[in-house]
Amino acid sequence: MDENSSARLKRRLVGVVYRIGLFLAMLTICLPGLWIVLSSLRPTVEIMAKPPVWIPQEISFDAYVAMFSGIGKGGIPVIEYFRNSLIISVTSTVIAVAIGMAGGYAFARYRFRGKSSVFLGLMLTRTVPGIALSLPLFFLYVRLGIIDTHFGLILAYVALNVPFTIWLIDGFFRQVPKDLAEAAQIDGCTRWQAFWQVEFPLAGPGIASAAIFAFLTCWNEFALASQLTRSVSAKTLPVGLLDYTAEFTIDWRGMCALAVVMIIPALTLTFIVQKHLVGGLTSGAVKG
Amino acid sequence: MATVSLTKLTKRYGNVGIVHGIDLDIADREFIALVGPSGCGKSTTLRMIAGLEEISAGSIEIGGRVVNDLPPRSRNISMVFQSYALYPHMTVRENLGFSLKIAGAAKEDMDRRVAEASAILGLDTLLDRRPSQLSGGQRQRVAMGRAIVRDPDVFLFDEPLSNLDAKLRTQMRTEIKKLHAKVQSTVIYVTHDQVEAMTLADRIVIMRDGYIEQVGTPDEVFRRPATRFVAGFIGSPPMNLHEATIDGGQMIFGSGEKLPLPGQFKTNVATGDKVVFGLRPDDIYPTGHGISSGGVADVHQIELPITVTEPLGNETLVFVEFNGTDWVSRMLNPRPLKSGERIAMSFDMSQAHLFAADTGKTLRS
Repeated sequence: MDENSSARLKRRLVGVVYRIGLFLAMLTICLPGLWIVLSSLRPTVEIMAKPPVWIPQEISFDAYVAMFSGIGKGGIPVIEYFRNSLIISVTSTVIAVAIGMAGGYAFARYRFRGKSSVFLGLMLTRTVPGIALSLPLFFLYVRLGIIDTHFGLILAYVALNVPFTIWLIDGFFRQVPKDLAEAAQIDGCTRWQAFWQVEFPLAGPGIASAAIFAFLTCWNEFALASQLTRSVSAKTLPVGLLDYTAEFTIDWRGMCALAVVMIIPALTLTFIVQKHLVGGLTSGAVKG
Repeated sequence: MATVSLTKLTKRYGNVGIVHGIDLDIADREFIALVGPSGCGKSTTLRMIAGLEEISAGSIEIGGRVVNDLPPRSRNISMVFQSYALYPHMTVRENLGFSLKIAGAAKEDMDRRVAEASAILGLDTLLDRRPSQLSGGQRQRVAMGRAIVRDPDVFLFDEPLSNLDAKLRTQMRTEIKKLHAKVQSTVIYVTHDQVEAMTLADRIVIMRDGYIEQVGTPDEVFRRPATRFVAGFIGSPPMNLHEATIDGGQMIFGSGEKLPLPGQFKTNVATGDKVVFGLRPDDIYPTGHGISSGGVADVHQIELPITVTEPLGNETLVFVEFNGTDWVSRMLNPRPLKSGERIAMSFDMSQAHLFAADTGKTLRS
């Protein structure tokens, strides 16, 4: 065997090994999700079976039907929870992205005193785990009378997300060449017009990704929501999962079904926005 | 079309001065090149004229109107950036028409002016492409088209050719010159490339460390440089500049070598003066291979060893050793030469320059 064919063989072998590795990694990542979907479709006996039953024997949508059947028939107020989740997540995302845009732009474009310390301070807030704040927040919210309200949770989520959106959007504005805004100003734009006509569309993918991250953080957040909400009028979907735990039993099937209901909108949204996330839009702006 | 006047124009960042009170009057339809090394303040000056940079002191007038505090959009200027700064999310047509759209122009008017500009620059077939689909030269043209469409009083160019390769740069240089002839507007052109400045400009402003060293036509700054800096900056290859001390009718160089004092400076210097002697490569040549300078008799002959030669086809740059350093000379109708060979050189002293060693100012009267 000559050098070339052995090199070719080696390259193919390495390729196969890579693919197997990749498959294993993807399996590890996807299996829990798949397991949740499967568990929502089969009886508890099968879910709890040891050793695990990989291929479901019977499939039924009972859990989904029960979920929407109303209280007393094994149902939970899923519509209310869904509405709460949607209102809280969307509102806090919009606010966090708006603040993130203003802040990110300021950090990317302007020089001011204490800029790096402020930026570092914002980042440091991310090091505090949300759960550590839940008790102080709880007391504060009780005093202010905003416990168990949409407003209270929106406030908490905006605070949670703003440092992150600022950081992310700052990075995207930095990638938009300063020359473009200047060219727009020379072309007759005010500073404000230059922003909306040129810089905003170019930072769009970045802003969209910041929005997705903020939305998913709110949508999936459990720790704070479980402390700060308790009634049907404010509880979000992740907190709603707890409705399936009784004193001595946990309805795993129902819980998995609700989890699937939770995942679907998040997944759909990500797919929709994903195509706006394509980078490289700024290529060709500057340099030859 | 408009005149531009800068009066005591100053730019400071905190305590750091960038531009130190420069004065400049630019005539209507004049092509002015601001040239100088990096950090000389030429780009800052241009940006101040554009309104992209606030001025610290002094004033700027465009067409007789003081524009010191006006935003860029109210100055009726247009600018071509070094980076082109095309809007990547718009097609060429939208890029060209952007300023008109912002100004609220009618659709027909917009189409007509975009068509005019694209015809001038040969962009007709590219109108529906995006900047990322264009080559460097095409982007450059779109950037110029965007400037033309505005029909501005003053065109500002900020090193527009420095991102292009050498061949394209020469080509675009010619296009810019043609464009100026066609649109006949005032142009302020910033470059660090003295060849661009020489070939394009009606007048050249040479800047250094935030001061203007000299303003003059290309011929003036080449033939009568006001300072040692200008002498060294303008011309390629650069002028030979070497320090010497005057001793009667002679100049004595560092290592004791001597040259006769050029006749035109005899009355301007005295024994003991420290000077910088300058002679362009064109005015040093292997005897019989030079530019005839009209039979001026002040030619000094000297035999010198060759260190290196750089053949360029129709001419050869010959580096000869004198006073312990290399002096570059230009040989016309070249013949093959060898390093180390001694060769009779002619120094055309009638073309020589002398500068004061301390101030750098010319000693020409």
